[in-house]
Amino acid sequence: MVAATTSDAVLPNSGGTVLSVLRKPSVLPGFGLTLGFTLTYLSLIVLLPLAALALKAAGLGWSGFWDAVLTPRVLAAFKVSFGLSLAAAAINAVFGFIVAWVLVRYRFPGDRIVDALVDLPFALPTAVAGIALSALYAPNGWIGSLLMEWFGLRVAFTPLGIAIALTFIGLPFVVRTVQPILQDLPPEEEEAAAALGATRWQSFRRVVFPALLPALLTGFALAFARGVGEYGSVIFIAGNIPGLSEILPLLIVIKLEQYDYAGAAAVGVLMLMASFALLLALNLLQAWMRSRHAR
Amino acid sequence: MLAKKAVGFTPALADSRWVKGLLIATALAFLLLFLVLPLVAVFVEALRRGTDAYWAALMEPDAVAAIKLTLIVAAIAVPMNLLFGVAASWCIAKFDFRGKDVLITLIDLPFSVSPVISGLIYVLLFGLHGLMGPFLKSQGIQIIFAVPGLVLATVFVTFPFVARELIPLMQEQGNEEEEAALVLGASGWQTFWRVTLPNIKWGLLYGVLLCNARAMGEFGAVSVVSGHIRGETNTMPLHVEILYNEYNLVAAFAVASVLAMLALVTLVVKSVLEWRFGAELAATRH
Repeated sequence: MVAATTSDAVLPNSGGTVLSVLRKPSVLPGFGLTLGFTLTYLSLIVLLPLAALALKAAGLGWSGFWDAVLTPRVLAAFKVSFGLSLAAAAINAVFGFIVAWVLVRYRFPGDRIVDALVDLPFALPTAVAGIALSALYAPNGWIGSLLMEWFGLRVAFTPLGIAIALTFIGLPFVVRTVQPILQDLPPEEEEAAAALGATRWQSFRRVVFPALLPALLTGFALAFARGVGEYGSVIFIAGNIPGLSEILPLLIVIKLEQYDYAGAAAVGVLMLMASFALLLALNLLQAWMRSRHAR
Repeated sequence: MLAKKAVGFTPALADSRWVKGLLIATALAFLLLFLVLPLVAVFVEALRRGTDAYWAALMEPDAVAAIKLTLIVAAIAVPMNLLFGVAASWCIAKFDFRGKDVLITLIDLPFSVSPVISGLIYVLLFGLHGLMGPFLKSQGIQIIFAVPGLVLATVFVTFPFVARELIPLMQEQGNEEEEAALVLGASGWQTFWRVTLPNIKWGLLYGVLLCNARAMGEFGAVSVVSGHIRGETNTMPLHVEILYNEYNLVAAFAVASVLAMLALVTLVVKSVLEWRFGAELAATRH
């Protein structure tokens, strides 16, 4: 392999050293360089700073940590953040599923534009979404004034406003996880169900829906996780009343402004732990359903 | 990404006209309410006092400073993550090694961390009362409440974009072409520039596009590390917040409308890439 040795001069191949124990042999150069750069960059940007978070929270000690976290204000914010994220993810599960269904199964004028538009919440800066939603749902806004007049309902500056913002933010997740699975669903199963005399509803409930449920749950989980951490789109519409419409990320910002670094770190660690636990639970549920569906 | 043809044309899979109409109407009403109206509201509010007030708001010195700062931060953060994305996908896609799955999970980690926490970790590290705060102060280096902090927070939140697009793409393309180039006598760099890069260019552009949109629009993470010094450490999204909180709504929505146009351009370019080069992108395949 003359080529491999000449390229060694440019990109260190580092074959024959410690790295060759780690990887299978290959003629391509650059493993040592790229892996080294990747690990260094990852450690400096992501791992070390996250370790600083854990370290700062750990500095409080076990009881100090729980004292910082189990205050009425933190617990109320915890309920607001997790409860409303669940509600918004549930709304998105229902309507995102319908949007995915419509985009895959039906053709209508402008369907491509609608498909592209679904990603708007990924592309639109959260602060822009936040002020736009609060302008719409304020008591004098286009939607807010109608809701006020018809139902006497206040949306902006209440928990309901937070749910609206989180629904906007989480909208693409369910659509984008269900859509490809629905696209690749073999039509034979549905045709067989129809041939055997099942109605459309029966074959949807018994054949199509079970096949899509794992993807639906993934989308739900992603929307939920995004909602718990969301900040920019929420703070403008929330009103931010402590104990009522204050979210956990805002509480971190408030603690930082009061130079309570350890308290902010504790709330941050609590948030990360809770969302990882929930995502893990959903992953396990999903794996269990997949194995059940496969049987 | 839409398929070329709907699958609903087989008689067994066709829903009745009522069901179809109802579902399309529901989906469109939902998207109109949650996507179209907020977008329209941005432009209507921005132009509420006419185009003169609109341009005045954008030409105001603090707004210009915010636009410049946003461009500077993105111009540093995006190339950093581009370089990282290419390096990470080269070692992950082209080689087999132990711990690869863990590495991929760690690269995705910033997406599951709240933006506020993404800012918080750098304050804890580099802030005045942070772990390295006293040392940085003695050296006269300021990271938090200054441009380096904004760049770091932006790099963190946009960390996975390029890598997560390139890794599956390069894995799928395999090593044969690169191996052939090397056997024919090309050097490692020549192989990368002449063989690998042309193969991944659309995927790379796709990743950079999404990375840039997030970098310019990020709010939570930069808000924590910025210190909100007008004309100095305010990016466009942060400037929007300040104007909005001062009840200067026309100016707030004017700056917001620039960001909204950036989002629309991003969506258009993204869709064009998906329609034209769908087969050369990882994101559109599953």
